[in-house]
Amino acid sequence: MTALALLSTEGEGFDAPGSEDFELPPLFTIAGFEVTKVTLLVVASVILIGAFFYLAARRGSLVPGRLQFAGEGAYSFIRNQLGRDIIGSADFMTFVPFLVTLFFFVLINNIFGIVPLLQFPTMSHIGFPAALAGLSFVVYNTVGIRRHGFVNYFKDTMFPPGVPKPVYVILSPIELMTILFTRPLTLALRLFANMFAGHLLLLVFILGGEYMLQSGGFAAILSPFAFGFGVVLTFFELLVQVLQAYIFTLLSSLYIAGALAEEH
Amino acid sequence: MEGTLNVVGYGLSAIGPGIGVGLIFAAYINGTARQPEARGILQPIAFLGFALAEALALFGLVLAFVL
Repeated sequence: MTALALLSTEGEGFDAPGSEDFELPPLFTIAGFEVTKVTLLVVASVILIGAFFYLAARRGSLVPGRLQFAGEGAYSFIRNQLGRDIIGSADFMTFVPFLVTLFFFVLINNIFGIVPLLQFPTMSHIGFPAALAGLSFVVYNTVGIRRHGFVNYFKDTMFPPGVPKPVYVILSPIELMTILFTRPLTLALRLFANMFAGHLLLLVFILGGEYMLQSGGFAAILSPFAFGFGVVLTFFELLVQVLQAYIFTLLSSLYIAGALAEEH
Repeated sequence: MEGTLNVVGYGLSAIGPGIGVGLIFAAYINGTARQPEARGILQPIAFLGFALAEALALFGLVLAFVL
């Protein structure tokens, strides 16, 4: 990858990390499907989330235990902050299961990026965020069409009231593009690019530090700074990963709220 | 020296979102300083705006690799 070669001008033998670092070799093959680490991480995340909420909800008591308290806190944060406050108390309960699942699926898969030994964010492969964004796209358009009818939904979106007539020439195509292309595209690309860039950033510092250590001399003395910065950036990545999971769910919720609203 | 102009282009394209993110947080800090109770209402809006502005910079990063 030549794009990042600028970073490695000092060391002649240094192989700068690039997009080829994201292409993992298949571990084994099941019925013609090549199973990579990414596939296993997704399966692990589903099992992890399922087990956590199953165990938290299994023995529901009036005075919650530690696990039940954690599960209820996690659930009610999404329900209140991202469900009720945005979609409105009339019909938010329908979407709470979707939003909670979406948030925790994205969150756990992001956090895999900084868990030692795993250290690969699943969402840095465009296929996963694209599928999630596609799901969001189907949900908000379906509820919009169901609520208002096919014609009215597009009419309300494309022709918002209170706009001077000539402006519709520009506004209507933009609004149509927004609900059909821009929203799912930005939803998928935002999550993908954040995870991709974050993982690449960590690779640059850790692999760069390793190279400096091996090249000896003055560079080897400075290499602890590279490793130290790598550790600092790992914590920064944790912030970004939680934030991106939150934003993905927040935007999905906002799009659903927009599709349900009477006046666009 | 080797590399592509893509990275220079990405650097230039990051200026706009950088200014945008700065403006968003400036407004958020201003609002909170004037009315501390409004913090809870302003926070999701600020982070939403931050995410939207940051997305532009990240699209630039993706394009720097793709092109």
